[in-house]
Amino acid sequence: MGAMTRGQLQAFRAEKQREVTAQREAGVGSSTVIIVGTGTCGIAAGAEVTLHAIEDEIAKHAVANVVLKRTGCMGLCASEPSVEVVKPGMPGILYGKVDAAVGRRIVQEHIINDQLVGEYIFDKPAADIMQ
Amino acid sequence: MAYQKYILVCSGESCDADKNHVLQEALQHEIGAAGLGATVQVVKTGCFGFCAKGPMVKVLPEETLYVEVQPSDAATIVQEHLVGGKPVARLCYDRQQSKTHAKLDDIDFYQKQVRIVLRNCGVIDPDSIDEYIARDGYVALEKVLFDMTPEDVIAELRKSDLRGRGGAGFPTWRKWEFTRQVSNPEKYVMCNADEGDPGAYMDRSTLEGDPHSILEAMMIAGYTCGSSKGVIYIRAEYPLAIARLKRAIRQAKDYGLMGDKILGTDFCFDIEIRLGAGAFVCGEETALIASTEGNRGMPRPRPPFPAVKGLWDKPTVINNVETYASIPVIIMKGGDWYARIGTETSKGTKVFALTGKVKNSGLIEVPMGTTLREIVFGIGGGIIGGKTFKAVQTGGPSGGLIPEEYLDTPIDYENLSKLGSIVGSGGMIVMDEDDCVLDVTKFYLDFSVDESCGKCAPCRIGGKTLLTLLDRISKGTGTEDDLAHMKQLSVAMQRASLCGLGQTTPNPVLSIIRHFEDELNTHIKDRHCPAGKCTALVRFDIDAEACIGCTVCARRCPVNCISGERKQVHVIDQERCVKCGACLDACKFNAVIKS
Repeated sequence: MGAMTRGQLQAFRAEKQREVTAQREAGVGSSTVIIVGTGTCGIAAGAEVTLHAIEDEIAKHAVANVVLKRTGCMGLCASEPSVEVVKPGMPGILYGKVDAAVGRRIVQEHIINDQLVGEYIFDKPAADIMQ
Repeated sequence: MAYQKYILVCSGESCDADKNHVLQEALQHEIGAAGLGATVQVVKTGCFGFCAKGPMVKVLPEETLYVEVQPSDAATIVQEHLVGGKPVARLCYDRQQSKTHAKLDDIDFYQKQVRIVLRNCGVIDPDSIDEYIARDGYVALEKVLFDMTPEDVIAELRKSDLRGRGGAGFPTWRKWEFTRQVSNPEKYVMCNADEGDPGAYMDRSTLEGDPHSILEAMMIAGYTCGSSKGVIYIRAEYPLAIARLKRAIRQAKDYGLMGDKILGTDFCFDIEIRLGAGAFVCGEETALIASTEGNRGMPRPRPPFPAVKGLWDKPTVINNVETYASIPVIIMKGGDWYARIGTETSKGTKVFALTGKVKNSGLIEVPMGTTLREIVFGIGGGIIGGKTFKAVQTGGPSGGLIPEEYLDTPIDYENLSKLGSIVGSGGMIVMDEDDCVLDVTKFYLDFSVDESCGKCAPCRIGGKTLLTLLDRISKGTGTEDDLAHMKQLSVAMQRASLCGLGQTTPNPVLSIIRHFEDELNTHIKDRHCPAGKCTALVRFDIDAEACIGCTVCARRCPVNCISGERKQVHVIDQERCVKCGACLDACKFNAVIKS
């Protein structure tokens, strides 16, 4: 994209926000978003390994409509690596201490079978001021 | 058929696992009895923090939070809430109670955190400018460029009362105003990302998680102060942060949000990255400037302040990462909004890296005015392994220890400084009964002595002397005069050192003399270290009555200083013992005695 003017930036932002809202409010059957915390701390705790395991498990089961994303530090240092799963029709869930095996369980149980993976669920640290 | 509701039962390692298990079973049983087994899933979860109110149960998707739930409450929850559809008021956590600090009606404080600086951290993909823009990224830059004069920006910052988050707490608006007022066609905007306190990683996480917020704020500073050139000084040991910053800069330039004629206006701004070699003193602004210019990183006397004579002798505004990250939100939501959070003298939020002997270590952001107790025992979940809290260290090598009696102090710049510590950049290390205050202080002092640039005598010689004195006490050869001597030296260093490093190096020492004089005296008079950390004062012996001669300790000893035949009493050679305690851990017969 080339240099934008104010009007173009505003239009672009509105479009992106619509996409985010559509994602959030989408019904059952639309894309599930999996977000892996990959700050230095997360990576040190094995986030890359977890990410690849999730990627592999998704491919293995040929799960459609899944978006795998990276983000920065979620703040749960004691429970890294952390992974957030937002599946339409289910509450958004933050998982902690997700190693490769738990990552695979998340794909099988949460993404495919709509069940939460107990013992690895953590609370979100704060409400979102940007919403 | 998919589940429609989920019941989360908190069961962190720290909680009473049996009790929570019974609760979980009870819920499961009641759900089965009510015929809801196919639609409600009961799951155990990790620690929710806030353990004082445990066991906690959360019902999703409605996010109802029940606290102090007993197994006998299971039937009520299932019948009233799940079957009847009405939450059980008696067990609901009263969220009103926790709103005492920041009177922000629209934020729910049950978690005690408010994320302004970390608003995008762990939310957006830091490598995607699109995601940043979707979360109102560059709205503040837009607003400033089109709808505000530089004076307006400063007025807004003034209303917000934002103070520098690098540690010193100087009002940000004033810094910007000074730089703006100096007339010079060439000025610089610098970002101090030379985070170096042991145990602190707030800035790294912010840069890694939300690089665009820093770029946006630096451009706002450029517009306000009349500068078109920004420099981020960051330590080379933060490779991921550097990579993400570089990518963010490229993306912003591609979108016309950085570079020439930003968004079609006449405002031009460019940012370059300078790598530091990781010297602690380079976090001091004049040393940082010297290092950026390619000189040895040493501070110089101020005035002149960087606002007048900074990088390449041009007027320069320098702010810390966290300060910058707060600014786009202040511009968007207004200074008044921001000033509603926090205390009388310290507004807004502060990010802390909560580490040490606390159950839930983490990167947290709380409103100023939150108490240490709320952080350590609320968010942090208390001390690991049921040990006793001893102190919390804030401010790193420039700060001090705060003992238990001050746990209810609301955190702000003034309160912590009254206690002999500082807010600092935001390191917060929790210590328990097994930590020795002398040992910890020696660690910090050793760090400061190592990092002293050596330019001024008070810091160079004073620090070293303080360390020698502390070392003596830790070896049991200190005298009572040493304490008086240390106090005197400390005051001299505070007054006469050239920069913040030397001025604050004695803080940890003064803090233990003030709060832990008894423990120091025990080291001096009784030659005893209560925590057993000062190795010179610890002695391991083998109890001849209890020793059965199993040889385990001798085999485990790393320096082979334990002798004795099989089935004979063993003996530790005190001359060669390194006091590692391996024998104590190894002995199954409690025959090793630590004294």
